[in-house]
Amino acid sequence: MADRMYVIIAGAGKVGWNLARELLEKGHEVTLIEEDRDRYATVEQELEHNIQYGDASELWVLERAGIERADMVIAVTGDDEDNILICQVAKEKYGVDRIIARVNNPRNREHFDLLGVSPVVSATDLILRLIEHEVPEYGLVHLLDLAEERLEIIEMLLADDAPAAGKRVGDLDLPAGTLLISVLRDREGFVPTADTVLQAGDEILAVLDPKLEEDLTAYFGPAGERR
Amino acid sequence: MFILIVGVGRVGSALARTMLREGHEVSCLDEDPESHARLEIGLEKPWEDLGGQFTVGTGLEIEALRAAGIERADAFVASTDGDNTNIVIAQIAKRRFGVPTVIARVLDPFRAEWYEAQGVHTICPTRVAIDMLEQEVRAAAKRVAGIAPPEGPVDFEHDEV
Repeated sequence: MADRMYVIIAGAGKVGWNLARELLEKGHEVTLIEEDRDRYATVEQELEHNIQYGDASELWVLERAGIERADMVIAVTGDDEDNILICQVAKEKYGVDRIIARVNNPRNREHFDLLGVSPVVSATDLILRLIEHEVPEYGLVHLLDLAEERLEIIEMLLADDAPAAGKRVGDLDLPAGTLLISVLRDREGFVPTADTVLQAGDEILAVLDPKLEEDLTAYFGPAGERR
Repeated sequence: MFILIVGVGRVGSALARTMLREGHEVSCLDEDPESHARLEIGLEKPWEDLGGQFTVGTGLEIEALRAAGIERADAFVASTDGDNTNIVIAQIAKRRFGVPTVIARVLDPFRAEWYEAQGVHTICPTRVAIDMLEQEVRAAAKRVAGIAPPEGPVDFEHDEV
């Protein structure tokens, strides 16, 4: 992020306005686009020439904002269809390399994926993640999802009566495509070897193909229970 | 054939009635339950009695699309009042459900033109209105001046002296 980027942000709501402010403070060039006249007037008092009035899903508005030279387009309006369209056009018509879209309704996430709009940010999903993290009995926490690469990193708590408890890693015969990358035990983390004996209460980090999640949790969750 | 129309405004409802009258199977999806009344304008019997289908929901809800029969649709028309909604749901119908004929109503001529070039079939009423108005105004100018309109485009920047 050392280089100065030109960033276009569609939507001057709380997210867009704060984002613009932060990026400007970091020295980037920013144009915010807002279609609500009153909101535009409010934000314009602070951001002045860094905000333009208009509907960011109109091509001429994007062109007036200089989308041809934008390094990044961020669509954070309150309307998922608008965010999809703005990012799709930015990427496919104007060749903007980096786009970020906000998902307002998590159910719409699959549409963003279908139309090649990624990465996406969803406040609801983020809060759900935090809940997963804060509520340990939930069992499995997603730490990182690389949807395109079909990889994820998860954290699991080894249940007392889990099939893997008390076993050597080498004896587990884990499904191909999964790898245990670290074990957190008594506040210390280490990288397990084939000889590591897993204990109930261990927190295990694993990298795997998301399809194998159920197969893997069968080893680490409570016996006889599939999540 | 089986036609799914999403967005029962003036355009969607009129199209739905015509297609039903012409013997097609028609299913409509709209988020506003009141739009059902618009479907029945001028009909002698209730929409359902004539064989029509009506589902409440939006075109972004996969379950609503399924309930409205998208999986067996031969044609899909996106005619809500939102250009971006129509463009997005048309792409869902095409890419996710493989509906053979997909048409999106898009009011903005620039967006309509670009998406048309990307393979999303669009109908742009604004474009149609512009073309018709241009023809009418040209014809009027011809009548007034009694001469043919200038050949080729006018150079706006240099013709004022």
